[in-house]
Amino acid sequence: MTLPVRVFLVDDHALFRAGVKAELADLADERIAVVGEAGSVGEAVTRITADPPDVVLLDVHMPDGGGRAVLQQLHEMLPQVVFLALSVSDAAEDVIAVIRSGARGYVTKTISGRDLADAVVRVAAGDAVFSPRLAGFVLDAFAQRPDTPPVTDPELDLLSPREREVLTLLARGYTYKEIAADLFISVKTVETHVSSVLRKTQLSNRHALSRWAAQRRLV
Amino acid sequence: MTSSASPAAAGDRPRPVGIPGAGQPLRPAPPAVAPGAGLVTSDGIPRLLRLTDQRLVAGVAAGVAQHLRAPVGLVRAVFVVLGLLAGAGVVGYALLWIFVPQASGSGGAPETTDGALSGPTTGRAVGRRASAVERRQAIGIAAVGVAAGIVTLALGGGRWVGALVGPLVIVAIGAAFIWREADDSQRRRWRRTAAGWARPRRGAWWRIAAGVVLVFGGLGVFAIAQVDVASARSAVAAVVLTLIGVAVIAVPWLAKLLRDLTDERRERIRETERAEVAAHLHDSVLQTLALIQRQPGDAREVQRLARAQERDLRAWLYGPSGYARRGDGGADATVAAAVGAVDPRGPSETAASYPGPGGDTGAGALKLAAAQVEDTYAVAIEPVVVGDVPLTDETTALVAAAREAMVNAAKHAGVDTISVYAELEMPLASVYVRDRGRGFDPAAVAGDRRGVAESIRGRMERYGGRAEVKTSPGGGTEWALTMTVPPAADADPHGA
Repeated sequence: MTLPVRVFLVDDHALFRAGVKAELADLADERIAVVGEAGSVGEAVTRITADPPDVVLLDVHMPDGGGRAVLQQLHEMLPQVVFLALSVSDAAEDVIAVIRSGARGYVTKTISGRDLADAVVRVAAGDAVFSPRLAGFVLDAFAQRPDTPPVTDPELDLLSPREREVLTLLARGYTYKEIAADLFISVKTVETHVSSVLRKTQLSNRHALSRWAAQRRLV
Repeated sequence: MTSSASPAAAGDRPRPVGIPGAGQPLRPAPPAVAPGAGLVTSDGIPRLLRLTDQRLVAGVAAGVAQHLRAPVGLVRAVFVVLGLLAGAGVVGYALLWIFVPQASGSGGAPETTDGALSGPTTGRAVGRRASAVERRQAIGIAAVGVAAGIVTLALGGGRWVGALVGPLVIVAIGAAFIWREADDSQRRRWRRTAAGWARPRRGAWWRIAAGVVLVFGGLGVFAIAQVDVASARSAVAAVVLTLIGVAVIAVPWLAKLLRDLTDERRERIRETERAEVAAHLHDSVLQTLALIQRQPGDAREVQRLARAQERDLRAWLYGPSGYARRGDGGADATVAAAVGAVDPRGPSETAASYPGPGGDTGAGALKLAAAQVEDTYAVAIEPVVVGDVPLTDETTALVAAAREAMVNAAKHAGVDTISVYAELEMPLASVYVRDRGRGFDPAAVAGDRRGVAESIRGRMERYGGRAEVKTSPGGGTEWALTMTVPPAADADPHGA
């Protein structure tokens, strides 16, 4: 990890952008460099296209469509850019919607600077980042309940027992390292499970996920 | 007949004033006429009052003329013509005489009228009576009218006169209905249009003209048919034409009226919404900000306030009956409650008082407990809840034990945040309470410390559950509480 991760901030509140920047700078973290910021969807699209960063920290709620609009315009075009949603909202619709639009993770704005830096580095390395709450949503959406319709694609519409275990520990507030220790597996394996869960979340036809997505006109 | 005779009446005099054509410019704009508050309607049109100081008979015609901003001579002529139609004008005059109040004394109105008449003939210097010219003219009109009436009767025209009056009465009744059904703003607009008859918009002119042509065309056909020994067919045609005429006049009005009503209702709803949002933000957010400003030094208190307010606002925005959720189906609210996207109530409410879905369920109770601990000990607790179960003895015990674990963590762990994760599924419900704080050595806990033993473990075991603690000094603490939930008869925690 010689080069720092180049981070771009998208948030319509200048104050919040300044706060995140200051916090990341205070950490004096060699791994991260904030290379740009934008306050609107249009500005973000223009600047990110002009000079693609490694990671985009993306606010979910903005005028003109919010983070989802940015994702829809850029995700196909710049597949190498990783998006990490960073929002004050933790309503299920918002969280699931950006994840299904292609974000690699979702953290809430109450996250500490150090955790945020870790999350950025992790998504830059190709990993997925789940906040405990997001893990809870996904567990809920993939829950096997008597009233859920039968699964159509077991490959995508079911979590493996191990994935479920990992996700449960995430929801309980464990770090990857703690999960690895608890389950006697390597951190790398934990990351693989989490990425697999993220992929299923994005591609699954599960009723609950589809409904959230449909409400936001994602499908 | 009347129209041909009218110029003759005016022709008596070299028309200084009072002739319809000449009267108009002399009649001043009504707001100037009646500055008195009670004399003018809200939109600046003079009230319909009997102007006894300008009367010939009772001041009705003068009052109507001022109200409609029409020349008084014209109004009188219309009354006379209507009077010819089986006495309709006379009846109308009498009704107005009875129901229209008299203008009170010598208010502002007569003065300004004087000013207006300051032309060549100030025949009414005193301002108490109609001018001599005017009076002569009116008497002339009346005389012509009486003569015309006699002629009509002599010619046996009474039949078609009756045929004319009937439809007119119907039209009048229809207009009255429209008027009555209109709301205030609509009436105001109509009144303004009626008063400004001189210049309606072009479309309105066109419509009115078309309507009038049709109405009178219909009546004409009727009249001809009467004269030519009517056939039923032409009578039907006449009626249809008349009705079409009325429709042309009335339908756009009615449509407009309907649109106005809808607009107004929508505006009112929007207004209410805005007021509600403003009230809520004021009551909650601004109050909290004020409190924070008053004690900026107390970090714990500030954090406590901020957390409580955040929870409250989230519940309001995204809660089961939340603001952002209105208009969504009820199922979404249930989903939200079930996945734990919400903290459904403020700290002061009790589980029983909470009306929405989840209020009397395990998830609701657990979130309430977390909120209370958060408020009391100024720590951040984010409960993540999957699923939901109804509140039974078992789940109540589970929530109580979880609450105790949260309190312990808040009091002893020395941390700012506590993780709470609950899987409230039907056969087995689990709650995990975890902190990254000091931890402790379970073996070293003194025997007289009842908190752990009694409140958590004992409570769980009494209801057939289990409580396991994973802790070590410096390694944080995690309680894993599991409870078997017997399926209740009405257990359908996920809604439909």
